[in-house]
Amino acid sequence: MTAAVEAEVVNRAPTLEVVDLKTHFFTKAGVVRAVDGVSLRVAPGEVLGLVGESGCGKSVTGCSILGLIDPPGRIVSGRIAFAGLDLVRLPEDELRSLRGRRIAMIFQDPMMTLNPVLRVDTQMVEAILAHRRMPHGEAWALARDALAQVGIPSPERRLKSYPHELSGGMRQRVAIATAFINKPDLVIADEPTTALDVTIQAQILHEAQELCRRTGTAMIWISHDLAVVSSLADRIAVMYAGVIVEEGRASDVIGAPLHPYTRGLLGSVPSANARGTRLAQIPGMTPSLINLAPGCRFRARCPRADAECTSEPAISEPLAHRQVRCWRPHLEGAMP
Amino acid sequence: MSVVGTHGEAEIERPPTGTAAAPETPLRRLMADYFESRFATAAFVLLVTIIALALLAPLIVPQNPYNLAEVDVLDSRLPPGTKGMAGYTYWLGTDGAGRDLVSAMLYGLRISLAVGVVSCLIATVIGAAVGLIAAYVGGRTESLLMRLVDLQLSFPAILIALILIAILGKGVDKIIIALVTVQWAYYARTVRGTALAEMSKDYVEAARCLGLSHARILFRQILPNVLPLLIVVATVQAAHAIALEATLSFLGVGLPRTEPSLGLLISNGFEYMLSGKYWISFFPGVVLLATIMAINLVGDQLRDVLNPRLKR
Amino acid sequence: MTAAARAPIIEARGLTKRFLKAPDLAERASAWLGGKAGGEVVRAVDGVSLTIGKGEVVGLAGESGCGKSTLGRMIAGLLEPSEGVLLYKGQDRATLTGSQAKAARLAVQMIFQDPYSSLNPRLRVEAAVGEAPLVHGLVSRADVARYVADILKRVGLDPELRRRFPHQFSGGQRSRIGIARALAVKPEFLVCDEAIAALDVSIQAQIINLFLDLREAYDLTYLFISHDLGVVQHICDRILIMYLGRIVEAAPTRALFESPNHPYTRALLAEVPRISLTKRTFHPIKGEIPSPLDPPPGCHFHPRCQHAMPRCRTEAPALRTIAPGRTSACHLNDA
Repeated sequence: MTAAVEAEVVNRAPTLEVVDLKTHFFTKAGVVRAVDGVSLRVAPGEVLGLVGESGCGKSVTGCSILGLIDPPGRIVSGRIAFAGLDLVRLPEDELRSLRGRRIAMIFQDPMMTLNPVLRVDTQMVEAILAHRRMPHGEAWALARDALAQVGIPSPERRLKSYPHELSGGMRQRVAIATAFINKPDLVIADEPTTALDVTIQAQILHEAQELCRRTGTAMIWISHDLAVVSSLADRIAVMYAGVIVEEGRASDVIGAPLHPYTRGLLGSVPSANARGTRLAQIPGMTPSLINLAPGCRFRARCPRADAECTSEPAISEPLAHRQVRCWRPHLEGAMP
Repeated sequence: MSVVGTHGEAEIERPPTGTAAAPETPLRRLMADYFESRFATAAFVLLVTIIALALLAPLIVPQNPYNLAEVDVLDSRLPPGTKGMAGYTYWLGTDGAGRDLVSAMLYGLRISLAVGVVSCLIATVIGAAVGLIAAYVGGRTESLLMRLVDLQLSFPAILIALILIAILGKGVDKIIIALVTVQWAYYARTVRGTALAEMSKDYVEAARCLGLSHARILFRQILPNVLPLLIVVATVQAAHAIALEATLSFLGVGLPRTEPSLGLLISNGFEYMLSGKYWISFFPGVVLLATIMAINLVGDQLRDVLNPRLKR
Repeated sequence: MTAAARAPIIEARGLTKRFLKAPDLAERASAWLGGKAGGEVVRAVDGVSLTIGKGEVVGLAGESGCGKSTLGRMIAGLLEPSEGVLLYKGQDRATLTGSQAKAARLAVQMIFQDPYSSLNPRLRVEAAVGEAPLVHGLVSRADVARYVADILKRVGLDPELRRRFPHQFSGGQRSRIGIARALAVKPEFLVCDEAIAALDVSIQAQIINLFLDLREAYDLTYLFISHDLGVVQHICDRILIMYLGRIVEAAPTRALFESPNHPYTRALLAEVPRISLTKRTFHPIKGEIPSPLDPPPGCHFHPRCQHAMPRCRTEAPALRTIAPGRTSACHLNDA
């Protein structure tokens, strides 16, 4: 994006703004603080990449936004501002009317979206008619067009099939088409291509890009794959142990990462290391979210940790449009 | 960007501190999970009480109902609470032959439990062996064994038991044979299914890759993972066995009259039901019901606990 | 000494694996009546020949349905080939018996993908790692505890943990336990079947480093099966690309990535997501990966290939040498 366009994007009211969200799971082993103070915002038409490894809380964040957290988990505090409403305080029936119409979700396993005993057209038409009144035939035509838009050949035939008759890539495309069919303001995609082959993944990324461009939908793309996110997202937020540790423009976060964890992650990817040499690895493992030690969550594995890291770092904004949660971010080499 | 340490001590990992507190062996984990639910604990306590009563029967009952010297036929059909000729109270009354119902019931419970448990154990061993072999060997052997199982399961249990007893005659051992014949197929089918599921897992492949013998893989790798489900099935089947034995005894083809089980006691008292002497059938019936229910409850809770998909 | 100069440790000639779904009663009846004969044949691996020299790290890459896992399992001795010959140190494995067969079996070990299902949940770590060497007499009962502790240290695990059960470890640690178990029988050759795919990125780096270290320490040879071309590029000397049961291209790593020859390889490399500083638009190849039940005739890739000629539809291209150490199966090379 050019600086002018970007300034405009930033100044427009965000489609979604999450403020200090905390989602905890109250299990018999203790309280799992899966999301422990996450704030983010997504502008209209923007793609935000939410990146992190397993257990960092990125999926829980996505599900919290849609109110899909089941007991023993619940949203403990925070505000989710969307379309002038606070989703945290919204009653269930109002949330339900928003889901599928103004916010949609795509899951890693398309069989979580698709009902195996219903035909594809039944499900898609149902998704349309749940939120809009129109004759059945018109809804069917809409479904067919949506499938064509995501690159499914002979959509009329596919509409008549059952999910198990389609390949994994096809199913995910149907799930994506269903998510976009009511032209939502925001789509949350939770690792949608992780289980797919490289060539199919490329196709799905292509379709998703096209759809966002065409409909102006904002998207949160949750993934552990930095490479995918770097090619797709406008902005990237990196999560670790329940909090966002770094956020900024994709090119900035990838090209000049501030947080030691982001650096470590980028540095441990094979392509960042000379061929055949030992990879620069991050030692240790992610901490348990039940007995979190006080202070910075990354302290135990951080090569730059020192005495001040025993207290939890606040979010700072050392450079324009870039936030980081670290006492000693890598400021050298970063462009102001 | 620093590279932490050379290969060696710097990289030795320790698991997060939280896990040290978690119960270690799978058995302890199972027990911890099971006793979490108060309902499950109550069911378990009930079952243990019943078993304890049965085991301690000779020590706690006033009378040995099989010892004809202690039984006074003049005390027959006395209602609950009556004092008998020998000086102690018949808390639950007496039956047609003058036996104290409490004593008869507890002794009957012993027999019922013993027959049920023994037949269940033998059926478990046979059925599990068949199931494991069928799953591991596969091919024609598996087809043959499973068709046998299907055949066995398509007949009503009572019918087979009756036919067998008619052929073999009466006696405790014949009853046990009949019960085993009726039960083994169910174990075989369950074990085969679970064993097949386990065999598709990578650790079995790994064992083959490591050159471990078939017997070792079957008994050291697969069987321990089949055991939990087997225990659940055995628990529930024990209840079935007890119920089946009671039915056979009720019909008069079960255990001999000299060692009456609960079923026979119920059957004995049946003729008196209409004349108002309900207690002779009623109390043994309640005890039978309680026993079967307790076993079923515990088995049910075990199954829930072992089911990894249930969110708890 | 280059890898090629060392004697081949594994050689496969014309390996084929067919999975047969026999026709059921209804299908057989219909065939007898003159209808279509039922039963389905999946040629998971179709006439694959390869050579792996001692000390090499060979990568086997491809997408789902390409047969790489099946090929890996055949090489590890877990699946019997339907056709073809598998040689270990020059000897046909199928003809070996007794102690020679056992030695061949132990020399080739496999590291599995899923760290959760690849460990027996009811065996403690020391039992899982120590059972096989004890059974095969590689170590005496008196020494086994020390032996296991040693191996655990080598793979980066604290030996104090050896009496724990798998569920008490994280995914990365379980991977290490699986590796320890394989190392315990002193193998020479490791087949790594997507061994790191199920792990987090930062743990993947640790395990990749472990593989590199072990290769040095134990003089191991690897067949590294993965769909992740980034990883394969990093640690492999040579790469084989498979598509629907056949090898379509084989080349040293650098050559493959600098100048891929086969159209499928080219498309694959172009579509691998790479860390980039700018947003990219994707131009993927059209079409689905065909089902192995019904592969396209001739060259399997022709429906999705931009350069398909009429010949590609009818004639399957043979794997031909196009440069020293490089082979490719494409009719375009004949021109």
